Amino acid sequence: MTVDQSVAFDAPTRRIGDRVERVEDEALLRGLGRYGDDASIPPGTLYAAVVRSPHAHARIQSLNVEKALEIQGVHEVLTGEDVARWAAPFAVGVRQPMEHWCLAVDKVRYAGEPVCVVIADNRYLAEDGADAIEVSYEVLPVAVDPEIAAEDSAPVLHEAVGSNIVNERNFNYGDPDLAFEQAAHQVSLKVKYPRSSCTPMECYVVVAHYQSASGTYDVLSNFQGPYALHSVMARALKVPGNRLRLRTPPDSGGSFGIKQGVFPYIVMMGLASRKVGAPVKWVEDRLEHLQGASSATNRVTHIEAAVESDGRVTALRYDQMDDCGAYLRAPEPATFYRMHGNLSGAYGIRHLKVRNRVVLTNKTPTGLNRGFGGPQVYFALERLMQRIAVELDLDPLEVIRRNLIPADQFPYQAPAGALLDSGDYPGAVERAVAEGGLDELLERRNQARAEGRIYGIGYAAVVEPSISNMGYITTAMTADERRKAGPKNGAVSTATINVGPLGDVSVHISSTPQGQGHQTVVAQVVAEVLGIDFDSIRVNVELDTQKDAWSIASGNYSSRFAGAVAGTVYRAAVAIRDRIAKVAAEQLGVDVEAVRFANGKVFAPERDPIAFHRVVGAAHWAPGTLPEHEGGALRETAFWTPPELTAPSEDDRVNSSLCYGFIFDYCGVEIDPVTGECRLDRYVTMHDAGRLLNPALVDGQVRGAFAQGLGAALMEEFAYGRDGSFLSGTLADYLIPTAPEVVEPVILHMETPSPFTPLGAKGAGEGNNMSTPVCIANAVADALGHADIQLPLTPSKVRGLIGIEEPPAPEHLKREVEAPSIEGGSALHASDSVEVPASPQEIFDSLLDPAVLAAIIPGCHQLVLDGENRYRADVTVGVGLIKARFQALVQLSDLEPPNALCLSGSGSSPMGSAEGRAQIRLTPIEEGRTRLDYQYDAAVGGKIASVGARMLQGASRVIIGQIFSRLSQQMQGETAPTGTWSRFKLWLRRLLGKGGAA
Amino acid sequence: METIAKQGARVQLQLNGRVREGFAEPRTQLCDFLRHELGATGVHVGCEHGVCGACTVQVDGKSVRSCLMLAVQAQDSRVDTVESLAEGELMSDLQLAFRRNHALQCGFCTAGILMSCAEFLGREPDPTESQVRDMLSGHLCRCTGYTGIVRAVLEVANERKSKNGEK
Repeated sequence: MTVDQSVAFDAPTRRIGDRVERVEDEALLRGLGRYGDDASIPPGTLYAAVVRSPHAHARIQSLNVEKALEIQGVHEVLTGEDVARWAAPFAVGVRQPMEHWCLAVDKVRYAGEPVCVVIADNRYLAEDGADAIEVSYEVLPVAVDPEIAAEDSAPVLHEAVGSNIVNERNFNYGDPDLAFEQAAHQVSLKVKYPRSSCTPMECYVVVAHYQSASGTYDVLSNFQGPYALHSVMARALKVPGNRLRLRTPPDSGGSFGIKQGVFPYIVMMGLASRKVGAPVKWVEDRLEHLQGASSATNRVTHIEAAVESDGRVTALRYDQMDDCGAYLRAPEPATFYRMHGNLSGAYGIRHLKVRNRVVLTNKTPTGLNRGFGGPQVYFALERLMQRIAVELDLDPLEVIRRNLIPADQFPYQAPAGALLDSGDYPGAVERAVAEGGLDELLERRNQARAEGRIYGIGYAAVVEPSISNMGYITTAMTADERRKAGPKNGAVSTATINVGPLGDVSVHISSTPQGQGHQTVVAQVVAEVLGIDFDSIRVNVELDTQKDAWSIASGNYSSRFAGAVAGTVYRAAVAIRDRIAKVAAEQLGVDVEAVRFANGKVFAPERDPIAFHRVVGAAHWAPGTLPEHEGGALRETAFWTPPELTAPSEDDRVNSSLCYGFIFDYCGVEIDPVTGECRLDRYVTMHDAGRLLNPALVDGQVRGAFAQGLGAALMEEFAYGRDGSFLSGTLADYLIPTAPEVVEPVILHMETPSPFTPLGAKGAGEGNNMSTPVCIANAVADALGHADIQLPLTPSKVRGLIGIEEPPAPEHLKREVEAPSIEGGSALHASDSVEVPASPQEIFDSLLDPAVLAAIIPGCHQLVLDGENRYRADVTVGVGLIKARFQALVQLSDLEPPNALCLSGSGSSPMGSAEGRAQIRLTPIEEGRTRLDYQYDAAVGGKIASVGARMLQGASRVIIGQIFSRLSQQMQGETAPTGTWSRFKLWLRRLLGKGGAA
Repeated sequence: METIAKQGARVQLQLNGRVREGFAEPRTQLCDFLRHELGATGVHVGCEHGVCGACTVQVDGKSVRSCLMLAVQAQDSRVDTVESLAEGELMSDLQLAFRRNHALQCGFCTAGILMSCAEFLGREPDPTESQVRDMLSGHLCRCTGYTGIVRAVLEVANERKSKNGEK
């Protein structure tokens, strides 16, 4: 009857694996995206501003909200008391008596910790209110460095725990001690991985509406999962899960794991809405985001290898310490256990000893950050492989080759429990060597070195895990504790496909993407399975916990989309196709096995094809005609959990992820011998992520991860002062790579499909975050011959490694600079002198006169006697854009009339705290003239330190200089300035013009 | 700090070709005014201190960071945002090139980047790659690694050149 249908059979709709343009893009390119801050909000919505601690560790003595509430338009303040009344602390992954509330209830433990929430008519007024909140703190000693925090003598953050080490676990796989005993060589290394963040361009957004009639918290937020945290939030709000309705907007401005950390704010704003009796919206600002949102976990690792003479590693010992910040926030300590099963990396190492300690410090709590756990592990392991080559005088690539797991051993059971699903690691390395041009790069190194240039080559071989086992975190508990708590394992993915009455296909997934293009890939999968037009499919990625299919594993993390979510979509599509095939078989009068789908039609041999919409239309319009057992209306929700993701075993082995991709990177780095700048000459990255569903999108993931890895290697670090002040509060302080700094990597692929996912795909989104930092570090180590390489490799740090001596400063710029004696976030120390037209005694007496003191302190509104030579002062100080009014204490001490005295001051303001101390010495130089030498230490903390660090040195010099120039002015009355003073003023003016400080 | 006086002002400007008017306090940032008062939510606010470039709009034809400008300063100006780039429902050559080259992922920084690129191509019709990268250095993108963006801009420049050559 039909002749052309064989064409359709031969040419089914192929979509999976195509470089399809993204369906997401048009809305985003036209400015029509709908992000968190664009969502329509209920009428009467109020706005929140969060008051945060300027101190890293302090006891809250009092909180006064009166002045804030006096501001017209400010309605309520949510405090720790409200939180203690309505909520509970967040559940923690380890058993310890420590409490983390969404607002500080008694103590603050990191700079930037939320203390209260001001709710007002708009964001500007809420911020006015926040500035008017008065908090008095008893400042406590801090623990900032994790190694010091782990010592017995360190200040303890959570007194009830009694120590800052809140979890320790020791693991033995195989017989590592024997292997070390028998090894020809032992190679060891200590490395530190710093704090950084992938910092999405969109900050956190929460719109919360407490519906008191049903006791429901209805929240819209750009949360990214994992949805296991929904349970943590519901528990903290003390409601059943169905009374926390959590919705996500259609678009999200990036996350990279970081938006997992919005969850405490979802609870906080829910309570704020309850307090004020209206919907409350909060949009985080960039300073809040950098200082208080989240961070990658910084780690200190001692790693050792037992090595044969040919470079083969027989055993590894890891001694790892994770600094999780002030609170162990869920899902921590997952940074450790996400990588646990595959700690032996890409290598056939059979013996493993691991000690994991979690230490808390006075820093922002850590959380998911792209690569999660990987950058930390591979920075230790791959740096060690490079050291083995150096110490045994072998080629580093040869050391990698000799240790790789052979291709015929997959699936490969790693000693700590990972079941490496598929791969050909040696094959990937050889292809990368050939296709990426390693020989040429080696030649370039030879040539560069022959010319006296500093050039190095680095390698990194990395196993990239994806699709996390939801039970891996329980490896932080002992087998005994796990038995009591009940087993945790698996990872359920969901997908729903609906075929409408007009034959239109809609898909819903609970993967909350943030720019990865999930809608496009899902449409590709469904178009191929159902043989329909790609453009006709609509994919909804908003998640509403009261209406949609979801489970605790839902969300966008652990690169679970391609393997798990797209695979589940495929299963849902197949399920609905099989149902439609039965309907079509009846309509076509054939066996169901004969039915095929392609090009928007349903076919069978020797039958006229029927349009897809006609076949499925029957399910809606004529259910009476359907075959037996077909209920009508076409909707399928698929749930899928891989059986390989079992709970940790009695002997602590855990298959922490379902899939394990492979990456082999190498790069050439040339170092500028003068500036210390590292320039990437070439970067080659080979990926095996299983079957690629859309290679264009995979390349996009690789490029993005590479740029972030480059930033982590060379630029990015969350810096903290010795007092725990946060010092990277702007994007001018926290440097992110821009277009001129990012080179284009050479991207290579091979595809070894995973046997464990429905489509054979694995995750690919995080690999270069794991491989690039250490690959660049290895190149720098090779260039400089150093073992101790610390990230980020900023020019100044690299100059230190090269050993470039700072040339002496020009004579006129020489200043005596010693280490400051005041501890602080931004500690400053300098000295200077000024000539004053008066005798030492006259100057000394003037300084003891409160009227003079009030006149010479810049911005002093009022000075009130508070004791002998002690004053309370009200002072406005400005640095750059920031101006703050300080309540200060000014004191004169160490009086040695008329030769010396000490002027000190300390104060606090909504912008932070400051203290300073100036030693003054008066030396007569001629009749009626005195040289006033001063030497000062100053330190600032809080917001000023976070956002103004670059300006502080200049600003403090100007402000302190002003004190003495004003003194000089006072001493000569209103008479015209003399030579020195004029010069001083000119200098001051120049400085003001340049420094921007006032 | 003292509360700033709340006196407001009507601010009138030409937004994407239409005269629009709204209420702004003296301290209201232009980005907030455009987004929340006039509904131009294509303007994205990423840092509020002039570094990330996501909020870039054109004021009288020049790229401006709308977080560093007050709404009252834009009185009587012509303000163009990303919403102005498409002609009706048809995307411009620049927008199409961004899609072809996978020059965006989350799209948040894209709104500002497109505005800088549009202005740049107007004054620099034949740019080198290094000029494009230099222009982009005023923007932060966390998703793409910039490759697709650079390619898209160079591609549009070439397209326009060959189109003009044909005429």
